[in-house]
Amino acid sequence: MAGLLELIAEAERQLTICNACRYCEGYCAVFPAAERRSAFALGDVVQLANLCHDCRACHQACMFAPPHEFGVDIPGLMRQVRLAGYRRYAWPGALAALFGRPRLTAALVGLAGMLLALLAVVWSHGPGALARSHTGPGAFYQLIGYELLLAGFLALTALVVLVLGVGGRRLWRDVGGDRASLDPGAWAATLADVLLLRYLGGGGGGCYHPDPLHPSRARRVLHQLLFGGFALAFAATLAAAVEQDLLGWLPPYPLLSVPVLLGTAGGAAMVIGAGGLLWLGRRASTTDAPRSRTLDGAFLWLSEAVGVSGLALLALRTTPLIGPLLILHLGTVVGVFVTAPYGKLVHGLHRTLALLQDRAEARREP
Amino acid sequence: MAGRAAVRPDVLVVGGGNAALCAALAARDAGGRVLLLEKTAPEWRGGNSKYTRNVRVASPEYPEDEFLRDLIEVTGPDLDRQLARFTIGRSRELPAWMEAHGARWQGALRGTLQLSRTNRFFLGGGKALLNAYYRHAERAGVEVRYRTEVLALEIENGVFRRARVRAPEGEAEIEAGAVVVASGGFEGNREWLRRTHGEAADNYLVRGSGANDGRLLGQLLELGARRRGNPHGFHAVACDARAPRAEGGIVTRVDAIPFGIVVNREGRRFADEGADLWPKRYASWGGLIARQPGQLAFSVFDRQVMGRFIPPLYPPYRAERLEDLAGQMGIDAVALIETVEGFNRAVDSDAPYDPGRLDGRGTRGVDPPKSNWALALEQPPFFAYPLRPGITFTYLAVGVDERARVLGEDGHPFANVFAAGEVMAGNVLLNGYLGGFGMTIGSVFGRIAGEEAAVCGRAA
Repeated sequence: MAGLLELIAEAERQLTICNACRYCEGYCAVFPAAERRSAFALGDVVQLANLCHDCRACHQACMFAPPHEFGVDIPGLMRQVRLAGYRRYAWPGALAALFGRPRLTAALVGLAGMLLALLAVVWSHGPGALARSHTGPGAFYQLIGYELLLAGFLALTALVVLVLGVGGRRLWRDVGGDRASLDPGAWAATLADVLLLRYLGGGGGGCYHPDPLHPSRARRVLHQLLFGGFALAFAATLAAAVEQDLLGWLPPYPLLSVPVLLGTAGGAAMVIGAGGLLWLGRRASTTDAPRSRTLDGAFLWLSEAVGVSGLALLALRTTPLIGPLLILHLGTVVGVFVTAPYGKLVHGLHRTLALLQDRAEARREP
Repeated sequence: MAGRAAVRPDVLVVGGGNAALCAALAARDAGGRVLLLEKTAPEWRGGNSKYTRNVRVASPEYPEDEFLRDLIEVTGPDLDRQLARFTIGRSRELPAWMEAHGARWQGALRGTLQLSRTNRFFLGGGKALLNAYYRHAERAGVEVRYRTEVLALEIENGVFRRARVRAPEGEAEIEAGAVVVASGGFEGNREWLRRTHGEAADNYLVRGSGANDGRLLGQLLELGARRRGNPHGFHAVACDARAPRAEGGIVTRVDAIPFGIVVNREGRRFADEGADLWPKRYASWGGLIARQPGQLAFSVFDRQVMGRFIPPLYPPYRAERLEDLAGQMGIDAVALIETVEGFNRAVDSDAPYDPGRLDGRGTRGVDPPKSNWALALEQPPFFAYPLRPGITFTYLAVGVDERARVLGEDGHPFANVFAAGEVMAGNVLLNGYLGGFGMTIGSVFGRIAGEEAAVCGRAA
């Protein structure tokens, strides 16, 4: 892959052509943002790259795309810049190398997570706990002590938030974000951009992935299913905390309780969303962005594992399989957490910051 | 025989740009079996239309009378007024028809606010529009063959019988009930341009499709079609001389002209760079440069105006001293300095400079004058863009009637030969250009040609 500096030089060349043309202004935020600039330094290109959602509507519209000698391919170039940006803003810097082996990283971290969960079980109640079924209030805690589980996840969350925060702050500085960019109006507009996944809409016609000739809404819908699945799973965890700590009801909860309903819906959405995105990726031509597909694939398989293991745990929680399934589920959840700053999930942070900066820029425009 | 259609089509559409697709879609909507032949590979399809960005349409906000007045202002009074009025009237229906066939819109682009009332902009530009039309045609059952060039139309006693075509698998003959010729003008045909413009033609750039060789335009005229439009005329703008010989599109045009001076390769000025607002003068510079030695000129300006215009894709020449700039331009430094000094002395520095309007800040005692926005070139660095004429399209056309039928010299139409787009635009556009009007003509006559050809092709 070309280095970031070469990518910046190429971006300057291509975006100058875009600014002389302007036909794609209506597709997304990238082109209006490019038109606000007459020079393209590193921060500008990183900003534009994260605004680009890779719907490729501009690419099918571009009369200067290959085989034209001008060779304009904005989505392809922006994709490469984003990938280089994930490494540049990874903290600590030494771990940026993990982006080079996304599948291995996901597999090893997932396994390590399971090992941790296993050790927690053994430490809490001895290896015998794994072979028994556990039912009734507090069944899960007969496997792993509640305090240990809580402390483990709180520590992990704090670590991940710290790591993401340091990287996000570096990106925020590079793209020119400042305190003034953080006004409430910009936040509200950004939230809507994220929730609607506005710029994956191809200006209304849909996204040209995986079929470069026929746009579809599939990718946007599946992405939001996966995103919504994670959000619902998180909401299920919060609901469980409320039931346990405020109401004093211990898990497992009945099928028609709020945490289980939220968790089931979330799990199903994750399984369908991640599975669908993997399927779309397979339908795309094999030459289509292999590096970003590997990164996507690692995260999607991990998400699929979280969803499937969660649903299995729910279905089989009264059987002796509860122990192994709990370990599998907790392990994959740890995998998603720990790989967040060093895998595909970091795009959510980079994009949100870029969208926020873009809204702020647009509001400052005369 | 290779390439023969399995079923004889009712309508054969020749060409793959806007007019051709409108014809194919309309013919299919009317129930015709349609075969469309595009000369290029799929990635180059779309003719000149892929470089367009909007279509001019009459509407309650833009009355037909005003549209016609705008047209006559740019093209002169000799146009077929009745046909022009008809075209403008039919333009009203275009937005709805286009949407029904997949078109999407966007607001007027930055820097084109003057067009927001009169023109509708395609989301993503002409190529995106064409892609939508091709998708629609594919779904509707239009057969499209790429890399298939029509070599000749066989017309007997005013009736089209078959076309001789060359495809990758060999030459073939294709019979059809009717034919729509929508294969453009001859701007991409260097030999033809040399015949009409001599050696100078070698120095012209083609902004649009290099595939437009005017073969069928020439053939229809030989077969006795009525000749319309100026056989020597073409629309050309000032383009960066470093642009490719063809297919440079919109990004090679240079908008810096009104902000400085323009000199030829002898270092002399030759026209008023501030004669009128740029959108109106924009199209005259291609012709002005075409008449200069070597068809080469340079837009020269200084630091004061950098950033006031849309930068084209190549960076300008740049130097701290005019002498060095002349070196980069490859022209005589003494002549350039003399021209700049003479111009600087003539600038009327009493009038205030205002690039937003005709500011009347001109020159005194220099020939040619600069009527507006005259600023002395005195703040280094100095910049220059090399310029050549960039041809957009040609005006020569076959005569048509309101049913898009090609007319013979005697005014009688051919029975089943229709024309749409640039090949007949010269009926209503004889000179100059009105932004988005080419797409109006192509869309209006494409639709009509398709509908009429379906009716007569099915009967044949």
